[in-house]
Order: sequence, then structure tokens, then C-alpha cells
Amino acid sequence: MLAQEIYEKLKAEFGDAIIEFKQEPFFDPFVQVAPEKLFDISLYLRDTPELDFDYLSLLGGMDYKENLGVVYHLYSIKLKHSFILKVTVSKDNPVVPSVERIWRSADWHEREAYDMFGIRFEGHHNLIRILCPYDWEGFPLRKDYVQPDEYHGMKVPY
Amino acid sequence: MGLLNKLDDPYYGGGIILGKVEDILNWGRSKSDWYLQFGLACCAIEFMAMNASHFDFMRFGCIPRTSPRQADFIIISGTVTFKMAERIKKLYEQMAEPKYVISMGSCSNSGGPYWEHGYHVLKGVDRIIPVDVYVPGCPPRPEALEEGMIRLQEKINQQAIFNKRKRIAEEDKQKELIINN
Ligand code: SF4
Repeated sequence: MLAQEIYEKLKAEFGDAIIEFKQEPFFDPFVQVAPEKLFDISLYLRDTPELDFDYLSLLGGMDYKENLGVVYHLYSIKLKHSFILKVTVSKDNPVVPSVERIWRSADWHEREAYDMFGIRFEGHHNLIRILCPYDWEGFPLRKDYVQPDEYHGMKVPY
Repeated sequence: MGLLNKLDDPYYGGGIILGKVEDILNWGRSKSDWYLQFGLACCAIEFMAMNASHFDFMRFGCIPRTSPRQADFIIISGTVTFKMAERIKKLYEQMAEPKYVISMGSCSNSGGPYWEHGYHVLKGVDRIIPVDVYVPGCPPRPEALEEGMIRLQEKINQQAIFNKRKRIAEEDKQKELIINN
């Protein structure tokens, strides 16, 4: 199924929760959705037989300077089509519903997005840092991150 | 190689070798170095190639040990993140004396490609443990690591075993003389 058709299907089902659809040459088309409805949309994408997105190949955090975002790359192994979802949240209160219960692969990806960007995934069963040490301060991939001078007595800058 | 060279000397012929006990001990020590089986990042791949049959690390007498308590030296082969740095220090402290360290690759020498923006990388493993031999490269070829191993053997061969304090003090005095003149 083409991205345009999937978008129309979603729009008919969820209405205002589907914020925009973007299709440009050289870029994969994507759909911007409201974070509150993300869980329902994901469940719908997985469980509708003609969509059947059974595989989350990537979940990544983003820093858009004013806002934070999460990108979901979906793929259907049986129907061989793919789709991209995006959500944006404010930097002050970056909370996104977790899709870990829908796709198991989201477990570690969400932990990584939390580790690097500080995006909190509501409903995740074990949202702790995955790469940095547990007592690390700050979220390193944010654009306004300043690296510390010292970690446990070891100098950080060169 | 002080000991074996004496075999070529006609003065010592007839199957008699005259040498210092220290030479024999050092010869044995340097030719049977066991290393800690420990790899970190991409350099570890090259390190694995070194262990495989083509480059054959074992001909140097190097056998991998999985416990730091049985290892004579450790090869820091790759990126030392802060998370790992604490564990490396712990491993090093668990090793029995005499112990040696080979730092393999730019990362563990000085931070390598992460020297500027690597918030998570220790810029040189010598900030936490003493290093005997540095092997440059990103990653170093196994031949380079071989060279590093030979350098380490040379270093072990020249080490004092008996009257260590006295001899080291004398050497230090000589070094001071050289520096002052
Ligand atoms: S020195 Fe180069 S090859 Fe070795 S661990 Fe660092 S980045 Fe990887």
C-alpha cells in the first residue's frame, strides 16, 4: 500500500489526531501525529489486516532545537510496505506514550531515546539508561548539551 | 636475548652457557607472557585477527587467560569509555605483579577520533593505568601489534629482578647526571 493510501485510511479513522502528511521528492513520505493518540494509531497500524505493520525497524529521538521528537519507521514483513510516523513534544515536558507493548523492539530503542534525549515514554516497564552509566547527568545528544569537566575523578575534555 | 646469543660465542662452546640467573628468568618471563582476554571496540577485531592462525599470537608465547589473576599483561584494544574505564581499572588492579599494559590504537592512546567531541570517552587509557607500550594506528595492523609485543619483550628482558631498588636508584642517578649535563 502506498503512503498516500495509508494516510487517507488513518485520516478517516482518527481525524484531527493526524496532523499532517508530507511527501517530497528524495524524502520518504511521513505522517505527523498527535502524541496523545500515538498508542491507538500504532495499535491500529499493527492490527488492521490490510496494513499489518508487524515490524518496528527503527525508533529514534530527535532534537528540533525548540522541540523534541520521535520518529518511528514501520515495516510490514508480509505485505512489504513501509511507513514513517513522527511525533513532536515540547522540551519542558517531553512525554510520549510507549509503544513497547505493541512492538517488542521498541523496548531498547525507547531506552536509548530516553538516554540520549531525555524523552520519557509513558508506560515503558523499565525506562532506565541503556548506554551511559546510570549516574550520568544530562542528555548527551541534545543540542544544548554541555559536556561535563569530570566524571568520577576522570577528566573529560582532551 | 642475552642468553641465546652466548650460544654463538666459541668461548662458551662445549654446551656450557655462562650467564646471569636474571637473564634466564627474564628470558623465560618475556617468552611466556599470558594476556588477559579482553577486547573493547573495532581494534579488538584486529586483535582477534592477531590471535588467529595467520598472524599467530601464540608463537610469542602469548596465551589468552580469562582471569586477570592469571594474566601477565593486558592489551587495551579500543575505545575506553568512562563506563568501561572504571572496569579496566578494576581488572588492572586484580592482575598480579609484575604486570604490563599495551595500549593498542589511537583511542586508547589519546582518545582517537573521539578526542574532541567524545563526551563519553576517556582521552587516553594512561590517565587511569600506567602504559608500557603504545601501538599507534586506527586500527593498527596486526603487524604493528606484533612490533608492540616485541618491544614489550625487550622491555621485560631489560628489567632488574635482584637488588631492584639499588639498581633502579643507580640508573636514576645516571639519568639525572645526563639531564643535568
Ligand atoms: S583506534 Fe580506531 S579502530 Fe581502534 S577502537 Fe578506536 S576508532 Fe576503533
